Amino acid sequence: MNMTMLVIIAGMAIVTYIPRMLPLTFMDSLPIPPWLQAILKNVPYAALGALIFPGILTAHENVLFSLIGALTAITAAYLGANLIIVVLSSILMLMTLTLIF
Amino acid sequence: MSSILTQEKTEFSRGLLAGTSIAIGYLPAAITFGLLAKGTGLSFFESMAMSMFVFAGAAQYMALNLIAIGTGAFEIIFTTFIVNIRHLLMSASVNEKVENAHPLTKAIYSFGLTDEVFAVTSTQEGKVKTGFIIGVAVMAYASWVLNTGVGYLMGSALPQSLQESMAIALYAMFIALLIPSLKKQRKIVWLAISAAILNSFLSLFIPSGWSIILATLIASTAIEYIRPKKGVS
Repeated sequence: MNMTMLVIIAGMAIVTYIPRMLPLTFMDSLPIPPWLQAILKNVPYAALGALIFPGILTAHENVLFSLIGALTAITAAYLGANLIIVVLSSILMLMTLTLIF
Repeated sequence: MSSILTQEKTEFSRGLLAGTSIAIGYLPAAITFGLLAKGTGLSFFESMAMSMFVFAGAAQYMALNLIAIGTGAFEIIFTTFIVNIRHLLMSASVNEKVENAHPLTKAIYSFGLTDEVFAVTSTQEGKVKTGFIIGVAVMAYASWVLNTGVGYLMGSALPQSLQESMAIALYAMFIALLIPSLKKQRKIVWLAISAAILNSFLSLFIPSGWSIILATLIASTAIEYIRPKKGVS
């Protein structure tokens, strides 16, 4: 393996691991005030919102197709479909659109 | 003792099952990574090593772009840090959600804390068991690493229309994780929508890693003061 590539991979591995590891490993020894606990419990839902949008618009090079794919996933999930069904139905919808248009 | 072990094993299996949707979502992302890594001139082992040791989709794609335009190692590592700094917040949030465990155990499974593993574990009901989160992470990791290899060796054999369509998989999974919670609590609707709007605005000005972390923090904090009730239970 090329030396520069080795440095890049090792460096990337370290700076990726540390932010994932530090809070989980060391936060228990610190007292967390209730207001901070409340905020941290909100984080998953806010993070999901930010992870979905606006990124989902770039899932396909055609923004309209991406939106239809998103709507398919939202509808399937809203109707209570299983996680995997939601994922597969949006892929299938996007593929159908790509093949037709 | 044996009943504790059995319980852990069951939680691990439940985790593996819950990780299946991530495995499906990672399939196209990892195949594309393998394909692009080959196109960028990385060897098979370099591509595999990056997926095995870094295990971070967005950062790996970005690294390929930077390698392709001849950027130096320091800039690539620094960009990776910026892109992945958001996991600091996710890790802190997951710590509120998981059962107590030895710090070493947590240090080990935190390696697998990608956006998707975070999303699946933190949307579970009640406290999350250690075995469960390990199961989710192992499933996600296996898919990421194996499919990087598949992509490198035969990614170009996949039809273009399928490759393009599968890019929506991970977003669809995030939607599927979010919707059931939205239906339960009005507060979650506001959290998700405000973070999405903030992120759209902030990402115009700052790198996406910072944008996600800021949007998430502002939305999670503001809602506590605008609607001063207890946190999401």
